[in-house]
Amino acid sequence: MAQIALKSLAHTYSDNPVQGSDYAIREMNHVWEQGGAYALLGPSGCGKSTMLNIISGLLEPSDGEIHFDGQRVNELKPEERNIAQVFQFPVVYDTMTVYDNLAFPLRNIKVPEHKIRSRVQEVAEILELTDSLKRKAKGLSADEKQKVSMGRGLVRDDVSAILFDEPLTVIDPQLKWKLRRKLKQIHEQFNITMVYVTHDQLEASTFADKIAVMYDGQIVQFGTPRELFEEPAHTFVGYFIGSPGMNFMDVRYEQGELKFGDLTFPVIDAISRQLDAGDTDNLKVGIRPEFVQIWHTPQDEAIEVAVNYSEDLGTYKILSFTLQGVEMKARLSEDQKVPVDKAWVSFPRQWTKVYRDEFLLEARS
Amino acid sequence: MNKIENNKAWFLVLPVFLLVAFSAIIPLMTVVNYSVQDIFDPYTRYFVGTEWFEQVLKDKELHAALLRQFIFSFTILAIEIPLGIGVALMMPTKGWSASLALILVAIPLLIPWNVVGTIWQIYGRADIGLFGAALNGLGIDYNYASNPTHAWLTVVLMDVWHWTPLVALLCYSGLRAIPEVYYQAARIDKASRWAVFRYIQLPKLTNVLIIGVLLRFMDSFMIYTEPFVLTGGGPGSTTTFLSQSLVKQAIGQFDLGPAAAFSLVYFLIILLVCWLFYTIIMNMQNDEK
Repeated sequence: MAQIALKSLAHTYSDNPVQGSDYAIREMNHVWEQGGAYALLGPSGCGKSTMLNIISGLLEPSDGEIHFDGQRVNELKPEERNIAQVFQFPVVYDTMTVYDNLAFPLRNIKVPEHKIRSRVQEVAEILELTDSLKRKAKGLSADEKQKVSMGRGLVRDDVSAILFDEPLTVIDPQLKWKLRRKLKQIHEQFNITMVYVTHDQLEASTFADKIAVMYDGQIVQFGTPRELFEEPAHTFVGYFIGSPGMNFMDVRYEQGELKFGDLTFPVIDAISRQLDAGDTDNLKVGIRPEFVQIWHTPQDEAIEVAVNYSEDLGTYKILSFTLQGVEMKARLSEDQKVPVDKAWVSFPRQWTKVYRDEFLLEARS
Repeated sequence: MNKIENNKAWFLVLPVFLLVAFSAIIPLMTVVNYSVQDIFDPYTRYFVGTEWFEQVLKDKELHAALLRQFIFSFTILAIEIPLGIGVALMMPTKGWSASLALILVAIPLLIPWNVVGTIWQIYGRADIGLFGAALNGLGIDYNYASNPTHAWLTVVLMDVWHWTPLVALLCYSGLRAIPEVYYQAARIDKASRWAVFRYIQLPKLTNVLIIGVLLRFMDSFMIYTEPFVLTGGGPGSTTTFLSQSLVKQAIGQFDLGPAAAFSLVYFLIILLVCWLFYTIIMNMQNDEK
């Protein structure tokens, strides 16, 4: 059981890094609290696995420190860190039975055999592997193998945290859901810190209480699934979370107002103060398709747009329209009527977010 | 369902059939043909049935050669397989040192058999050979030409030197094929170095080891050139192995009948032992229940 803290951690695979993009992980501070269920979400190659391997000690970071419960562990080898890690492809010891596989980590630390037996039975029970205990691991199916890999992490009662590196990639879709439930249960039962790496937002939000979204070597937002949805702290979060992603408009800041073509977005004081302070051209206004309001007739403050097409996805519809030459999307509920050719849209002020250099400007400050 | 009879398709098998016939069946049948006849000259031949086989199977000299052959093959397997695995485990995996190690290890394999025999014949000589003279210099009365034990040791040493690299290279390639994630998982599981070898490396090496064991068994069981050059089968007949006896009989004495019968028995022994090895190794891995 442990709290894992990363202090000014950075990692590069290059011998002489010059710029930020040479880093797989850019300098960051982050804390995974004891007992939390976390997801580390991001596209391929954003540094997720690198971070996991640094935590478990398989990789030594170029800079910075890793602390477990306030203790510096940089110098400790993986075997000394008491971390369990489940990999993308299931790792089982082919020649051993399932029982021996599960007992393996305990035998390595010389736990008495009778304790091993009760512990293995217990874990096998949870993972529904009891019937397979006597079978050779070689003959198992992919999901059973992955359960065995997880089980090897669970049998040890000295583990500080379990790290999952896209563990369900090779599992059939219908079993994925079941295994994810299982993980959630295990988390509740063992109260162990779990970090789950994935590029699937659904997987992340069903498993984790809090999600860290990683992009280009940095954690751009760390929050609950709801926060990620309602208050994306970075344009990438807006784009990556949600289906379809957030609509973004490149805007100019002129005389206390944000201009998008002929349109003007009103700006509240808290934000205009921040805008006055900075001097960058990279300003964006974003709104989630879910929050775009669609009207069939002209309304106050609604803007007329040309409708491109609509898609019916069964439980909801997506409407595509063009505003000031930019294609945008809105999400309609299944029973809403789809406007043809023309529609009037409005952007509720509370859901209209302003981004400077890709990062959100907080409305309260 | 109308099945169309078209036996012309059988002609498509013909090329393969011819190839197999000329490469395997016909030569083998020639030997079978000789083994059941007593041939005096191209026009005088008698059918003798199994007489040659009985003679071969009762031949004391061949029994001794067969025993020597088995002892030799098992000795070199017992040395070369573990040693080859050990060498492969110690070879560097990255950078220029990996390439260098591969070249150094592969050198003995590039040397022709009779040259290997010649090298060791000179290298081991008590008067001028570096190895033999050095041993004598250390006070060990070493002479492979007169002492049967020394002759044996030299032949075994020569074979180990010549062929351990093959096992090492096979194992090296097998080890490289193990995904890194297995080692990572083992570290997380706090596995000892021995446990990593026993439960990850060795099981993953099974397939290349089968090839290694079979190749080394077959080759060593048929060994001819090197001991022929090194010791000529002596002193006495202490290092005369099966193939040397066979050649003596077939070419030296021109006893084609017994030699042919002997060849077939020889062939069957190799086939049988290979099958045994294969079955045993596969069973060691797959004892499901």
